[in-house]
Amino acid sequence: MTRNGTIGGRRRPPIVLLAPAVLALTFLVLPLAGLLVRAPWSSLSQRLTEPAVLTALRLSLQTATIATIVCVLLGVPLAWLLARVDFPGRRVVRALVTVPLVLPPVVGGVALLLVFGRKGLVGSWLYETFGVSLPFTTTGVVVAEAFVAMPFLVIAVEGALRGADTRYEEAAATLGAGRWTAFRRVTLPLVAPGIAAGALLCWARALGEFGATITFAGNFPGRTQTMPLAVYLALEVDLQDAIVLSLILLTVSVAILASLRDRWINTP
Amino acid sequence: MTTRWIRATVAGLAIVALTACGDNGTGSPQAGASSSGVTGTITVFAAASLTESFTQIGKDFEAANPGARVTFNFAGSSALATQINQGAPADVFASASPATMKTVTDAGNGDGTPNTFVKNQLVIAVPKGNPKGITGLADLTKPGVKVALCAEQVPCGAAAKTVLSAAKVSLTPVTLEQDVKAALSKVKLGEVDAALVYRTDAKAASSDVDGIEFPESAGAINNYPIVVLKSAPNKTAARAFVGYVLSSKGVAVLTNAGFQAP
Repeated sequence: MTRNGTIGGRRRPPIVLLAPAVLALTFLVLPLAGLLVRAPWSSLSQRLTEPAVLTALRLSLQTATIATIVCVLLGVPLAWLLARVDFPGRRVVRALVTVPLVLPPVVGGVALLLVFGRKGLVGSWLYETFGVSLPFTTTGVVVAEAFVAMPFLVIAVEGALRGADTRYEEAAATLGAGRWTAFRRVTLPLVAPGIAAGALLCWARALGEFGATITFAGNFPGRTQTMPLAVYLALEVDLQDAIVLSLILLTVSVAILASLRDRWINTP
Repeated sequence: MTTRWIRATVAGLAIVALTACGDNGTGSPQAGASSSGVTGTITVFAAASLTESFTQIGKDFEAANPGARVTFNFAGSSALATQINQGAPADVFASASPATMKTVTDAGNGDGTPNTFVKNQLVIAVPKGNPKGITGLADLTKPGVKVALCAEQVPCGAAAKTVLSAAKVSLTPVTLEQDVKAALSKVKLGEVDAALVYRTDAKAASSDVDGIEFPESAGAINNYPIVVLKSAPNKTAARAFVGYVLSSKGVAVLTNAGFQAP
């Protein structure tokens, strides 16, 4: 068996693809290099042990993880609906799913306040009935992150579902499996790598979330101040502090993403 | 369709070309150029709290100097200072705090000494009609009163911290906002019951909020300095603009917005 491009890497990639690919990589990595060059390395370890930094980092990791779980639980069924069920207005629904991608996150935060705020459409009912108010709470952070990150998951999983062979599901149906059983036993294992990839993307987006979070959940250390918020406020005072905080966030997230990616998704 | 696009593009290019001519200010005398000889574009980096009053001053200045055009970049003072120190092409910097101005002058980016042109102080912003009946700082510590402050890294937060510690009032806000407008919008949306904001911001939002004066705010008066920048592309016009801000006409616009003359 010989496959193209695998024979000892002797087939060189065409220059028309290689040149823009290298350019793209440089463009993406260069800002990171800028951060690394300007980082005050001597104070890095001292910064890492500061309790305020650790609090923000822990809150970031926790909220991004919970937001991702919420996105998977709600987003996978939505992706299935979009990929497998033919219903009127499906194209409109698909377009609506991408709204949080297009919306500037700060506007998304305002929109969330208008719905879930103390005076909001749903929020006022929540507040008067249960005394619950989402803004300025850690739950509010999760809501803001899930809102912004969910489209990444839905789009990734829908793509995986469309690419998956539906004949397996049809075979399961002819063998007497109901749609739920077929989904659980056939579809889900089939698109698991797609769900994993979508979840990682979703987690990364939630971790970096700034605009919707600070607008909807506010900024209070230990409760709603995630790392991106801490970075933004550090920037108000000291550029170097902000660079150090950014690097800590980057290092932790890249380490986690790289290790999970290898475990979940079989990349050759 | 296509011809329309081409026409639009040509018109756009013509505008760019004209602006470029205006920039060097040494070309043939333009129709309607003022006797003051102030021409070209002046780029002003100004604190977000100056948005309304500086926009007005810019219009007045352009009316008095037909050859000049003023463009603004309004943002938090610290963000502007970072942009200037990283080489942003600005002519004038107007900051909401002397400390932020100092980061620019310390980096050698100021041309001469900054001038204080106005002062501002804090008020308690509450939703219109003051539903919680707040009359002073002490009311903010009552149970069930949600308060937004600015984060202490930004000028309005530093001022709030000074005022609260001088008054020995200890309060736990629900949020520390990234700038004064964000704190104010939380009041407008009814998510908090009160916020410490500048008098000018409360006045600009007077259709939605009431500003409650409190005596302790005199302990943290905020001076606004303005300076022409060393690397200003249009230094002559920049000096003229700063002169206009400091003149009685400029101060009148600013005091009308709730600022106090220095």
